[in-house]
Amino acid sequence: MTPEVANPQSDGSQEHKLPTSKADLFISFSILALQGFGGVLAVVQRELVEKKRWLTREEFLEDWAVAQILPGPNVVNLSLMIGDRYFGFAGALAALAGMLTFPLVIVLALAALMGGVSDSAAVQGALRGMGAVAAGLIAATGIKLIGALKSNPMGLAVCWGLAVLSFIAIALLRLPLVAVLLGVGSLACIWAYRQLGMLHPAKDAP
Amino acid sequence: MTSAFSGADWLALLAHFMSLSLLAIGGAITTAPAMHSYLVNDRAWLTDSQFTSSIALAQAAPGPNVLFIALLGWNVGMNAGGGLGAGPRAWWLALAGVGIAMVGILLPSTTLTFAAARWGHRNRELRAVRAFKQGMAPIVIALLIATGWILASSQGNPLEHWQPWLLTVITALLVWRTRLHMLWLLSTGALLGALGYV
Repeated sequence: MTPEVANPQSDGSQEHKLPTSKADLFISFSILALQGFGGVLAVVQRELVEKKRWLTREEFLEDWAVAQILPGPNVVNLSLMIGDRYFGFAGALAALAGMLTFPLVIVLALAALMGGVSDSAAVQGALRGMGAVAAGLIAATGIKLIGALKSNPMGLAVCWGLAVLSFIAIALLRLPLVAVLLGVGSLACIWAYRQLGMLHPAKDAP
Repeated sequence: MTSAFSGADWLALLAHFMSLSLLAIGGAITTAPAMHSYLVNDRAWLTDSQFTSSIALAQAAPGPNVLFIALLGWNVGMNAGGGLGAGPRAWWLALAGVGIAMVGILLPSTTLTFAAARWGHRNRELRAVRAFKQGMAPIVIALLIATGWILASSQGNPLEHWQPWLLTVITALLVWRTRLHMLWLLSTGALLGALGYV
């Protein structure tokens, strides 16, 4: 396993890198998880794509789609997938353990110390403030990925249409996630299937 | 709530989490209403406030939000053992609760993910697999932004409660345009909240 591989596909001068060992996976995912206050999602994108460069923005989006649509916690699914890809089953376990071990210890220690969440106004206020920040972090993660749609075979206009439709359905109408994924999702997949056939009739490798 | 907790109860707890695991599309939090009705209403293994504070604590602490399941298991075990002050037996039961809850919620879904992701990666050049990933891309992006929106909405109407909304918008702009470390943003948010500004 070569630690660094130049990737001609990724945009600009970005270098594609790979995890070097199972220990690297465990430590990297531990560090990543420990930064994830209010959920790990926003940190995952920044660490894996922008800092470690294990994934390009496009690859992250593809993997995230899989991690999202399968049941279970998304970030747990993602760590499992990435660990498995480079070091097989043991890699999947190493990444999963990294994602869960230290945060679990911390959250249990907090629970034992506090016996729940303190009712004091300051603590409640701090939780509220962190919640507002966490909302912004997650929204920004989505905004940053919009650039990756440029290379999408469905075309930018269709992509925007699907994104706006999904946003309205989930955020404003509060339709169930499963319904949106099945409804808008299957439309999008059928369209992408058709476009891929028309754009690259005999393409065997990307 | 010092009701005796039998082996059958532990098994029922495990079965409950396992049965919800494969339904947890979009994260374990989507099954929280089902857990609430079972653990709090049907079985009375947890109090209402223990349930809510488990979710709040897991969200505030670092790590995946699925850890609220660990806290639910912790509290079920702790209640079964007689509470925090009841000595080592309660602590062991609480840890057993953590193990059972986490294995229950994760084992089915991670097994499925592992198999499906392997298949998908092996067949990543298939037109259907590529169509799935490319087709889902804009929806996934919308879902992320919508998640931010929904979290922000829990703060209340933006016209009446404009302070937390402003904080959310400023955070989004900073994360989007700068490389400022997220911990700075989170601690600023915590500080503003603790001082009562948001």
